[in-house]
Amino acid sequence: MHEKLIFEHSAPGRSADAQYPQVPVEAPIPAALRRASAPLLPEVSELQAVRHFTRLSQLNFSIDTHFYPLGSCTMKYNPKACNQYAMLPELLNRHPLAPESTGQGILQILFELQEMLKEVTGMRGVSLTPMAGAQGEFAGVAMIRAYHKARKDFARVEIIVPDAAHGTNPATATMCGCTVKEIPTLHNGDIDLESLKAAVGPQTAGIMLTNPSTIGVFERHIDEVRRIVHEAGGLLYYDGANLNAILGKVRPGDMGFDVIHMNLHKTFSTPHGGGGPGSGAVGVSERLLPFMPVPIVGRDGERFRWLDEKDLPQTIGRLSNFMGNTGVLLRAYIYMRMLGRDGMQRVSEFATLNSNYLAARLRAAGFELAYPERRASHEFIVTLRREAREWGTNAMDFAKRLLDYGFHAPTTYFPLLVPECLLIEPTETESKEELDAFVDAMIAIRREAETDPDKLKGAPWTLPVRRLDDVRAAKQLDLTWKAA
Amino acid sequence: MPFIPHTDNDIRTMLEAIGAPDIEALFEEIPANLRAPGLPGVPPALNEMEIGRLMADFATRDGRPLNFIGAGAYEHHIPSAVWAIVTRGEFYSAYTPYQAEASQGTLQLLYEYQTMMASLTGLDISNASLYDGASGLAEACLMAVRANRKSKSQRILLPVALNPTYRDVTQVVAGNQSIAFELLPYDPKGGQTLVSALEPYSGQDITAVVLQHPNFFGTLEDVDAATDWAHANNALMIGVVNPTSLAVLKPPGQWGKLGADIAIGDGQPLGVPLSSGGPYFGFMATRTEHVRQMPGRIIGRTLDLDGKSGFTLTLQAREQHIRRSKATSNICTNQGLLVTAATIYMSLLGAKGLAQVASTSMLRTQQLVDALTRVPGVRLAFDRPRFHEAVLLLDRPVKPVLEALAHRGIVGGADISARYPSLGNALLVCATETRTLADIETYAQALAETMRNSAAAA
Repeated sequence: MHEKLIFEHSAPGRSADAQYPQVPVEAPIPAALRRASAPLLPEVSELQAVRHFTRLSQLNFSIDTHFYPLGSCTMKYNPKACNQYAMLPELLNRHPLAPESTGQGILQILFELQEMLKEVTGMRGVSLTPMAGAQGEFAGVAMIRAYHKARKDFARVEIIVPDAAHGTNPATATMCGCTVKEIPTLHNGDIDLESLKAAVGPQTAGIMLTNPSTIGVFERHIDEVRRIVHEAGGLLYYDGANLNAILGKVRPGDMGFDVIHMNLHKTFSTPHGGGGPGSGAVGVSERLLPFMPVPIVGRDGERFRWLDEKDLPQTIGRLSNFMGNTGVLLRAYIYMRMLGRDGMQRVSEFATLNSNYLAARLRAAGFELAYPERRASHEFIVTLRREAREWGTNAMDFAKRLLDYGFHAPTTYFPLLVPECLLIEPTETESKEELDAFVDAMIAIRREAETDPDKLKGAPWTLPVRRLDDVRAAKQLDLTWKAA
Repeated sequence: MPFIPHTDNDIRTMLEAIGAPDIEALFEEIPANLRAPGLPGVPPALNEMEIGRLMADFATRDGRPLNFIGAGAYEHHIPSAVWAIVTRGEFYSAYTPYQAEASQGTLQLLYEYQTMMASLTGLDISNASLYDGASGLAEACLMAVRANRKSKSQRILLPVALNPTYRDVTQVVAGNQSIAFELLPYDPKGGQTLVSALEPYSGQDITAVVLQHPNFFGTLEDVDAATDWAHANNALMIGVVNPTSLAVLKPPGQWGKLGADIAIGDGQPLGVPLSSGGPYFGFMATRTEHVRQMPGRIIGRTLDLDGKSGFTLTLQAREQHIRRSKATSNICTNQGLLVTAATIYMSLLGAKGLAQVASTSMLRTQQLVDALTRVPGVRLAFDRPRFHEAVLLLDRPVKPVLEALAHRGIVGGADISARYPSLGNALLVCATETRTLADIETYAQALAETMRNSAAAA
């Protein structure tokens, strides 16, 4: 299946006339500031545009069409109600700077969302403004820095990061003007406490941790980690990427974390949208309350209002032009209300059940688990190093072949410390039948790897394109279409 | 169980395969002293019918006032086709196109988007979007520090007439990396940034100059002179622009003799609803020579094993998942769904439609200014040509006037007095193509009555 570029559907003089004012208006712009030639935008009818973009949509795998076990991304079902009721015209057409008196409904929603997130994380304060997980991380590390600075402890500029961490963690630390110190992970998946003890000191600003970690196991010595870091004067940052695994079972606040970000687009099922918008709300412990990013919704009696720099004079400040990705927050709110207190616990229970079931079945089928002696959390790692060694078929080959079988591939080659790895996260919304079908596909592909490895190396065979040349893409840059 | 498909039989079979007695056993590695007793503070579940009713109640409480605020977010007509397609599950529920072969729809759309934005801004290339315009400016400043190898100072000039929240956000996001921001004043009569204010910096090491055009007041800037000054002084020029305006205004790539080096802005006017402040998206375009310094996802066209053309994420060596602490930015996502909306929007409007939206918005704002300045106690702040916003000065504090208007169902503009105390009682207003002459008349009458019923400041 192939779809031309929208520009190739274009014909001079064609247009979707129902979509803009037809009375010609001459803009009174000084000649020196006027645009001389029209931009290259398509000239197509409404139907041509609708058909083109509908066809493009059909070239995608998505949760609505395919099992999408992308580890670390929590690709769970996005309930349709969350979209429908976030798009009520009153909510959609509200200007962010309209007076608070005209927005008490939406302010109440956001206030209640803050309260629910406090409850599920065990944190004392929540700010909804970060627009993505990475921005939540930024806010978190910026708060840690602001905390130390406020105490005149200017030496604390080092952030400790386990080697299995998401790439955003070290990148964030750098953006906040910190230096990064990596510590190793033990063979059993836990943090190397001796290395941690050696790493902390008067320069330690804090540690960034994901728990369960990116290798899909719960850090069993979290109490000890907390003690070591706090005693050294550092703070603990919780990367909420894997919050789905522990929802309602254990709370970051109770584990002793000082600041966390949540990926609402993961745990609370707001759409991934082809790579965004996300939402990276942050939660803080008592001592970081004064530093939260603004605005935050506050309550004076029956009235809701925005708290800003006047209310939080020590705030790290603003991260977006208005108040973050409000539409995403509405979807998270609807989802949380539909789950309720019991539904939230079922999320982690069934995400973990599905993950452990899939791990057990793949192991029984002869696949090697990276951490076989550990309980899987909501995700787990298969290493294909044997398959790579014996048949020359690597993790990417398996991933591409899975596409032919109608499954989106798991995350490949992350975390970096496990060779030839697939990080598999089924989520709680998948049925046993779907998981069994995935296992069947993996078994079939493994058989192909043994008997006909080219089936894997040439995959995918049945998609709109075959395997793409990434090296050529980077070397012969073609980033925009040009008319012939 | 909402959204969970397991039957009792499934659960039993699965636990047997795992070798666990019950689901609780799967959490045995979590230390017992840390286990949560439940979530009593979360309310019980609502079904879809109940949540639908609740949301409708919230929405009804807020109502649908007649809006005359812009200030960085603009109410334009959005064709029905845009969100009908955007909310298709294949776009809505897909993720970052890591598996390119299974994501050609999103990838091709992003390539088309990059083409449209490069052309709209008059520059060579565009990334696949950033979070929003304000954080986009912060990223542009960080990029300028990397890209301008002639400069060592990390000094960047920002106009006072730049959206003040953009300035705040830029300071927060880029300020931890020892960049010094210095302010350029505006002409109190015309509202444009004073190019003469650049003169004292001539010959100094300046990394970049930022200019917003039209600026926060809606005033058109002297983009050519500012850009030429920047280049004569080895500084990069960063243009902050409104994408709608680019249908009729000279694009950043053509400012001055050489053109701006980086263009950024908020893409919200391109088919994204106001939705109380987001999600929107930030766009960024630049020259080819700076591509490796640009943050964010970039899509390239390449060939597959059969020599057929296809699309993929490219230049990932800049990004955090590869370079970790040495990445150009910690940004991990784009605003894919909003870019999807913008690409469909621009396809439906075309260059002609977008120019009509821009021109009609300019006309409506002029008509709004004419109607409101006839009200006693209201006058226009600046006399220079503007796009689709204007600053009005009132003879009394703005906030109570806006509250009174809100009671009449009118959202009358943004009170910018606190951010610009030297202006006095300043109200920033906007009318796009979605406001009719009748709407404008309704506002003017309501304002006249409000002003009659309250006293002017002494």
